[in-house]
Amino acid sequence: MFDLYRPGTSFLHRLPAGVKVLLLAVLGTLIFLVDDLAVILGFLAAVLALYPMARLPMASAWNQIRPALWILIAILLAQGFINGWETGFFVTARFAGLLLLAGLLTLTTRVSDMVDGMERGFWILKYVGINPAKVSLALSLALRFIPVLATITAEVREAQKVRGLNRSIIAVAIPVVIRTLRMSDEIAEAIETRGYSH
Amino acid sequence: MNTKDIVYIALFAALTAALGLFPPLTLPAVGVPITAQSMGVMLAGALAGSKRGGLALLLFVVLVAIGMPLLAGGRGGFGMFLGPSGGFILSWPIAAFLIGWLIERHKGETPLVLSMVYIAIGGVGVVYLIGVPWLAFAAELTLTQAITGSAGFIPGDLVKVVLAALITRGVRKAYPDLGTRS
Repeated sequence: MFDLYRPGTSFLHRLPAGVKVLLLAVLGTLIFLVDDLAVILGFLAAVLALYPMARLPMASAWNQIRPALWILIAILLAQGFINGWETGFFVTARFAGLLLLAGLLTLTTRVSDMVDGMERGFWILKYVGINPAKVSLALSLALRFIPVLATITAEVREAQKVRGLNRSIIAVAIPVVIRTLRMSDEIAEAIETRGYSH
Repeated sequence: MNTKDIVYIALFAALTAALGLFPPLTLPAVGVPITAQSMGVMLAGALAGSKRGGLALLLFVVLVAIGMPLLAGGRGGFGMFLGPSGGFILSWPIAAFLIGWLIERHKGETPLVLSMVYIAIGGVGVVYLIGVPWLAFAAELTLTQAITGSAGFIPGDLVKVVLAALITRGVRKAYPDLGTRS
């Protein structure tokens, strides 16, 4: 399954997934308590500095920002005209810093390690009456389903092209959903037949 | 919660992810890109029901949080929730649940127009109710400013509501034994 992990052996790579997730959650929350532009800029600089320290290319840092670029610019401009440029830079720098911080987690942690880390925490769910095995199953199925859905969508579009309907969202969506529902029934049956106990 | 329920939950999570792969449409009148992804919320609630739909979107949110680039534009990771659009995405499980709940409450088959209303209440109402205040908080805007900034997306969302309702009806016709109850 595709993920954004970049292999490496830096100290960030070697930190356990759970620790990194926790640090991200804590730091991500604390940063909202900061009011000072200087502190936020310091935060941004510090996070950026972690990239070469984790031996990640700066291009990967840019890749964290790039998808959100138009949002960042829109907010910078909006704030610039409404409340002044200091607020604009404050908000933009904060969001950019958070994206970069989260990027550090994503780039240095395999999705499978994160899923494993979560599964280790799943035992708590038993106390809320949730079966951890079912949660694991849902997770892995969803990950496996995504490329399958992309394939089905491509196939349906091809088929609808013959009728000239491939541009109609409804003409593509209905067959895709129906095919996927049928597939789900088959998969559910297969799982039950193999004796998945619940 | 049986195996079929779990598979459906995984399916609608994956569907929401797959919808993010469609290129965003830019409405010329408004100039903001609209993505097909929020239709996943509407379809999950309308087709899988409240419990399964809500859990499907919760699963989606978790997958995004652990770094999968499933949001439209290949975005993902915990950082997205801390940014301006975070509230919108976090509202999706609740929105899907509410849509499913409203449809389930309705005795018998829900007429098309009413299903559009239900989908709009969840897919637009709840989403904006949670998303806009978070936007104001994360982008340091006043509530009014956040509302104004988000208003441009509403026409596109209403189009999605209509599409989702039509898709739901089409699917149900071909798949009458869908069963929204788990």
